[in-house]
Amino acid sequence: MAKTQSQNSLGKSKGKRKVDRLPVLKTYKLYLNGGFPRTESGRSWKIEDLNGSTRAHLCRASRKDLRDAVQAAAKARSAWGRKTAYNRGQILYRMAEMLEGKAEEFTQVLQWSQKRTRRHALKEVEAAIDRLVCFGGWADKFPQVLGCANPVAGPYYNFTVPEATGVIAVIAPDAQPLLALVSLLAPPLCAGNTVVALGSESQPAATALFGEVCATSDVPPGVVNLLTGFRQELLPVVRDHRGVDGIHAAVDDAEERRTLELGRAENLKRVRVLDAGAVDWYDPRECHSPYWIEPFLEMKTIWHPSSS
Amino acid sequence: MVAMRQRTVDRVAVDQRALSFTRRSIKREAKQTGLKLALSMVDLTTLEGKDSPEKVRALCRKAICPAENYPEFPSVAAVCVYPSMVPVAVEALAGHPVRVASVATAFPSGQAPLAIRLAEVEQAVADGAAEIDMVISRGRFLAGDEKNLMSEIQEVKQACGPAHLKVILETGELETYDRVRCASDLAIEAGADFIKTSTGKVVPAATMGVTLVMLEAVRDYFLVTGKKIGVKPAGGIRTAKQALHYLVMVKETLGDSWLNPELFRFGASSLANDLLMQLVKQMKGKYMAGYDFSEA
Repeated sequence: MAKTQSQNSLGKSKGKRKVDRLPVLKTYKLYLNGGFPRTESGRSWKIEDLNGSTRAHLCRASRKDLRDAVQAAAKARSAWGRKTAYNRGQILYRMAEMLEGKAEEFTQVLQWSQKRTRRHALKEVEAAIDRLVCFGGWADKFPQVLGCANPVAGPYYNFTVPEATGVIAVIAPDAQPLLALVSLLAPPLCAGNTVVALGSESQPAATALFGEVCATSDVPPGVVNLLTGFRQELLPVVRDHRGVDGIHAAVDDAEERRTLELGRAENLKRVRVLDAGAVDWYDPRECHSPYWIEPFLEMKTIWHPSSS
Repeated sequence: MVAMRQRTVDRVAVDQRALSFTRRSIKREAKQTGLKLALSMVDLTTLEGKDSPEKVRALCRKAICPAENYPEFPSVAAVCVYPSMVPVAVEALAGHPVRVASVATAFPSGQAPLAIRLAEVEQAVADGAAEIDMVISRGRFLAGDEKNLMSEIQEVKQACGPAHLKVILETGELETYDRVRCASDLAIEAGADFIKTSTGKVVPAATMGVTLVMLEAVRDYFLVTGKKIGVKPAGGIRTAKQALHYLVMVKETLGDSWLNPELFRFGASSLANDLLMQLVKQMKGKYMAGYDFSEA
């Protein structure tokens, strides 16, 4: 993929500055199965800033990248589900730590293609960090809230225990590319699901960068997979893929919502599609609820004989 | 014929040639045909200490009808089991064209006295195995004892009677292409009906490179004698894409007449399900889940 950035630091045409070194620019790639591959299709698209300057070329993921991501996520399910809830919480907290360390880089990337102040971009990064901490905390607590001991007429204990659903596809909206992505990804993740996420289409760089957070946070390979690409191309594949067990999405377009909801008819996917414009992503009362986890759980009821 | 065994193999050229077969674009009808052909060439294999009669029966059911909802898909070529499971497989496959193959000769090491190995072969054939997969004594071969090894293969061939003999070279232990070529020539001369890459118990198992060397040995033997020998790569072939690469290699090395289960097989356990998933994807345009197909 072409390396693009403002070439000023090369000293090419600005006065008589001497070239002392070439800057090493970042190549943004997909995050798949713990690695950073380019898309198998070889396609990319240009990300420009508000001045029309090219800031990066992003991988345009294909249906085959999505297929590979689902395959990796399905393979990672058992290992992620076997980890203790406490350990999953620690790993989400570690993701928050890594995001904190890269806050400056994320703040810059979030300012590329949106007219927003540095303060506003930083606010989004900080809210995303808090969201990871929140769902890291929920990892070993939501079963107490969403599970229960049921009163039954007989000498039995009767428990309802939540378990992870499986592979969840996350579809992030265009606005708040980092915060919305994290808000949609963290709830199913903390419960033991594995995730294949398609990031914001208009501001995808934050999604590609978030792969670096996952890669340095003890998230096992395949548990989180991040794609950048076009919704029109990939949503029908998500809908029809029988290996995807659930969809957690926030979209603006009614047609996209319909496409995703049809996924229920294919293999009884758990589908939660939010109206992206109606969600206040910064409101902890709205977005820190354990009921963001609940759609991606299967409830198992256990009967056990009691002594009386 | 002995002169043939003194060939040396250009490793770089073989690797480059093998790599070139992975760059063919096979789409639509050709892909569907290739996937179905590959499925019909699979030797569905279970070679584990925990194999039980019911596991073998389940494998046989899958061999006859690989996907319940798609009866139009072909059966696989054979079921490959340990000798103790041959009677179970023969009973389960009675009346069906799927053949029973048995590994023998102290699989996978081959480290048992010859008399015991021959008795194992005779027992498997008596129990109804139509194909015998023998392992060569790699230790003797690497020590340079080619003459003795040849006579061993000949004796096993005799013990097989009407059953087909596949000779496993265990290429992962032979290490160089020169030795793979030499062992291939030796096995063919000794009377093998098939030459097979690996037991599946040693890494690396089948690779495109070693399989190409073996295909070339078969080609050269055919050009001299007119006799067709089969080839079976085994172990490590897990995806439909890999299987298609192998089919391209066979077609471009030996020609169309080798593209049938009588002369080319895949020794694999997980390959069949990936072939099925890709076949259904081609038909319906949707990706399937792993649980859509039985595990056996």
